[in-house]
Amino acid sequence: MVSNLQKRYLMGKKAVVLLLIPALTLIAIFLIFPAIWVLKLGMTNETLTGIKAREPDFVGFQNLARIFSDRFFYNALKISLLFVFGSAVVGQAGLGMSLALITYRKSRRLKTLVQSIVILAWIIPEVVVAYLWIAFLDKDFGTLNVLLSWFGIRKINWFYEHPIFTIIIFNTWRGTAYSMLLFSAALETIPPSYLETADIIGTSPYRKLKDIILPNIKSYIFTDLILITLWTFNVFTPYLLTGGGPSFRTELLPIYIYRNAFKYFKIGYGSAISTVVLMINLLLAIFYITLSRRKKA
Amino acid sequence: MKDPRRLSKVLSYIILAPILSFFIAPVLWLFVTPFSSRPSLFISFSTPTLSNFARVFQNKTAINAFKNSVVISVGVVLLITVCALFAAYVLSRHYFRGRDILLYVLVLFSSIVTGVAAMVPIFMLNLKLGLIDRELGVILTMAGGMLPTSIFILKDFFDSIPRAFEEAAFVDGSSPMQVMFRIFLPLSSKGIIVIAMLAFAQSWSNFLIPFILFRSHMKYPVSIAIYTFFSEVGVPDIGMISAYALLYTAPVIVMYFLVERKFGFSFYGGIKG
Repeated sequence: MVSNLQKRYLMGKKAVVLLLIPALTLIAIFLIFPAIWVLKLGMTNETLTGIKAREPDFVGFQNLARIFSDRFFYNALKISLLFVFGSAVVGQAGLGMSLALITYRKSRRLKTLVQSIVILAWIIPEVVVAYLWIAFLDKDFGTLNVLLSWFGIRKINWFYEHPIFTIIIFNTWRGTAYSMLLFSAALETIPPSYLETADIIGTSPYRKLKDIILPNIKSYIFTDLILITLWTFNVFTPYLLTGGGPSFRTELLPIYIYRNAFKYFKIGYGSAISTVVLMINLLLAIFYITLSRRKKA
Repeated sequence: MKDPRRLSKVLSYIILAPILSFFIAPVLWLFVTPFSSRPSLFISFSTPTLSNFARVFQNKTAINAFKNSVVISVGVVLLITVCALFAAYVLSRHYFRGRDILLYVLVLFSSIVTGVAAMVPIFMLNLKLGLIDRELGVILTMAGGMLPTSIFILKDFFDSIPRAFEEAAFVDGSSPMQVMFRIFLPLSSKGIIVIAMLAFAQSWSNFLIPFILFRSHMKYPVSIAIYTFFSEVGVPDIGMISAYALLYTAPVIVMYFLVERKFGFSFYGGIKG
């Protein structure tokens, strides 16, 4: 028998529904619906202006088929992959791990100092960060070229001569904080006695890293890699730096979507590319969720 | 025994110096140029002045954009805090059929549906709802995107509140609503502050959503205003832009370090983006 107390405790069905409605409505309309609607939009030839804006035709998988023979799509996909691999997997994870290892078992002051500086790059609003880098890399007056010229190095037009390299370095700078924080926290989970024992028997730093540190934080590394891959794949900031140029050489997939939908007003085709991006996100997310569930179990 | 330790210390400083310079160099400009009497793209120290800030306050577009940003961020913060409080309370304390599936769906969608991946349908949705070029559209869109994460953070705080607290209140005859406002709210003020600050920082910094949803210049928040200042043709007023950028960035930095110092959690970054 359900006592009076338990009845109260369980909260009425009405209360449950009323409390959930505001949040779930907002999420359903502005988060879930767009993700599903994009599948349908991607199967039309809808545009923002002209006849097809009023009466778009259903074209099925034509858009998707066109994507796979679209050289601009392959260009954007290639640049996105390079960008993710260079700035997330190598740049952010590599630098983040280095910083975590260097500050590991060091004074709290040093750790706070290092983390504060790296975090600053991560929390400044993206439009400000973009302008900071435009200023920093300016060919004639930018701080970097002025510094290099003191050493007799010629002025380099970074965005023009090394566009992909430049946005990779930029995004490494921008996002390293997350990996650094995650790896720092992961290192704290290793029982100190492991490394103390290794110290006593005089283990080399390389062996400590390979045999003690890395095996103990393996799952954190996987988590980090999947998450930063997902995020970096969905970054729009390079648009503020380069606009996708010069001549499409920094046109990441998000920028290609933007160009189709908002410069050429091709809503249908833009949606089809969005669908591809969403599917890639979905794969990464399922991978991540499965992994983090297994870790908990 | 002592030497290798000192060696490793020196070695770590040698490695750290260039890495930290790499992180500091581009940001330094933001803290120096606004006070420079001869502002340029190069970091140059000169007699300090406040004239760059004065020009910000004389610029109508800049001031107007600040107001717009405040309206948007306050709207998002209020909406998120209230909705997340209600939802997290139910999800933490009430088991119903389908709850776990609901949680799974929320995690999944909140991580795959980014502004970037969904910019086209988000634009079309706002267009069909008549919300293009309106603050409400931007507020609802941002809030919808951030809500799942806010709910999860708050739910974590609620989950850690001992059952005994509310059981005692129920025995005394409190209703679930009273329990939520009188026990959960005060006991999880930390969590509320976290989600409010996050909602503020993210909506304040967001570029893409207002970029695709606003049409008229008078509606632009600071993020778009700064972008137009430096990307439009003509000679940009570097001193003014830098001062404006610093004023815009300051609240985010202050908030982050305040929250971090006060509560000592730097680890809610997982939900950035």
